[in-house]
Amino acid sequence: MRIVVENVDKKFVDNNKREVTALENINFTINEEEIVVLVGPSGCGKSTLLNIVGGLLSPTNGQVYFEGTNDIEPNLGIVFQEIALFPWRTVFENVIYGLEERGVPKKEREEKGKYYIDMVGLTGFENAYPKQLSGGMKQRAGIARALCIEPHLLLMDEPFSALDAQTRTIMQEELLTIWNRTRLSTLYVTHNIQEAVYLGDRVIVLSRHPGKIKSIINIDLPKIGRDSEQYRDQFEKYADEIWGLIRHDAQEALKEA
Amino acid sequence: MSESKKIIKNKVAFLDRKIPRYASVLGITVLLLLWETICRMNLVPPLFLPAPTAILSDGWDLMASGELMNHITASLTRIVGGYAIGATVGIIIGLILGFSRWADAIFTPVVYSIYPIPKIALLPLIILWLGIGEMPKVAIIALGVFFPVLINTFSGVKSVDQTLIKAAVTFGSSHFNVIRKVILPGALPTIFAGLKLAAGTALLLLVSAEMIAAQYGIGAMVLHYGNLMITTKLMFGVMILSLLGLLFNRGLHWLENKLIPWK
Ligand SMILES: Nc1ncnc2c1ncn2[C@@H]1O[C@H](COP(=O)(O)OP(=O)(O)OP(=O)(O)O)[C@@H](O)[C@H]1O
Ligand SMILES: [Mg+2]
Repeated sequence: MRIVVENVDKKFVDNNKREVTALENINFTINEEEIVVLVGPSGCGKSTLLNIVGGLLSPTNGQVYFEGTNDIEPNLGIVFQEIALFPWRTVFENVIYGLEERGVPKKEREEKGKYYIDMVGLTGFENAYPKQLSGGMKQRAGIARALCIEPHLLLMDEPFSALDAQTRTIMQEELLTIWNRTRLSTLYVTHNIQEAVYLGDRVIVLSRHPGKIKSIINIDLPKIGRDSEQYRDQFEKYADEIWGLIRHDAQEALKEA
Repeated sequence: MSESKKIIKNKVAFLDRKIPRYASVLGITVLLLLWETICRMNLVPPLFLPAPTAILSDGWDLMASGELMNHITASLTRIVGGYAIGATVGIIIGLILGFSRWADAIFTPVVYSIYPIPKIALLPLIILWLGIGEMPKVAIIALGVFFPVLINTFSGVKSVDQTLIKAAVTFGSSHFNVIRKVILPGALPTIFAGLKLAAGTALLLLVSAEMIAAQYGIGAMVLHYGNLMITTKLMFGVMILSLLGLLFNRGLHWLENKLIPWK
């Protein structure tokens, strides 16, 4: 199953009644088992695009669809930047939320919940409430909740941006391990270039005002172990290339803010 | 180099100072003792301020004769009934107004124009409608409870984190389940603030209504003994009311801790 984003535009009306074009003419596909990363400076429309793909916002023009569904109703799993765990539910109850809403029988919920909680390394914290968890653990629970419904597309909006640098590095590694087991098609939003090169099969660079696709870069490196010594030069080359594309826009963004 | 040293002390230790348990009864005990001594020394006539012991002994007579029980039962039935109805309806309508923009636009102006009316002013009208039995008293309490609960529920719903609602919808929740599983628990802390506020209103309306139109009830009892100038029994009624208010508040507090374990 592929996800196709076709001719998507998004216009907002701002507080002064002026029209702001957040996205213009966005076209790309996400293939099966592919991780596509969206990078771009602050305010370029990354979240807007992810929300449109996630069905939480309507595009002004264009459409987003699944291709080759064979009449299965496709599922989406979203990991939110704000984490958005339900504070009144324990880790386990949060993780199985999607299954509960789909009417999955209790026994299966328990098995799957346990499986994915184990996958993100939260075994032993099933009965903890979110406020009892550290930032990294909360986001792990958020990831488990998205994985648990076994989605056809996983959407992640800067999932690790609220975490400290060490936790972040570990979580990136874990995410790849998880991907290796689940092989989910993923759309990943970040403003961190290292993260984009580390995780992506393809990196889509967005420009600002309006948010357009500036370039799509294929990362021809093996999925696992890109941070090893052997690939250091190529890794840096990709990172520099992307930074070259973003730099000017990022400086502009800073001036506006 | 001199050998003198200066240890740095915690300057905010007073913030988490532990207070012994007896402290909370200290104030009340001192007050009661003072009160008793003033009365024993005949500094004020007993008609204006009877001694606590005199109040308790006359109160005991009231209990023994079974009269008190009649009053308490009548009052409790009214307040529990009125409060339950007002709170339930208030929460439900509050959830609907908070969730549906249409309902909000149509009904919120109505709510805000009725809210400021002191509810006791409506009692004569309600008696006209419902007759002089128990109904008007229960209705006036329900009405008084309804508004603060409704308004708090409404603002609780409005303050629920939008991303939680988005998350619920993404993971497959229907509108009804969004209300039940996200909006209701999310608004619960604010709803409880409304419920506590309403407890005071309910007690006030109970006593007022009973003073205006009732044979039995703590309010009627207080008024009755006031007319007879039996201050001890009057004061005993007032003490029962204070106890009732206290119990009400404790009960809600207990329920809140039970229902909101994640806080
Ligand atoms: N609801 C809205 N109403 C008006 N303008 C909006 C709205 N949402 C987003 N925008 C505008 O659209 C543009 C893109 O916003 P978006 O949040 O998608 O950026 P982003 O790339 O995710 O930025 P960041 O990296 O800071 O999260 C911005 O200029 C923003 O001001
Ligand atoms: Mg964003």
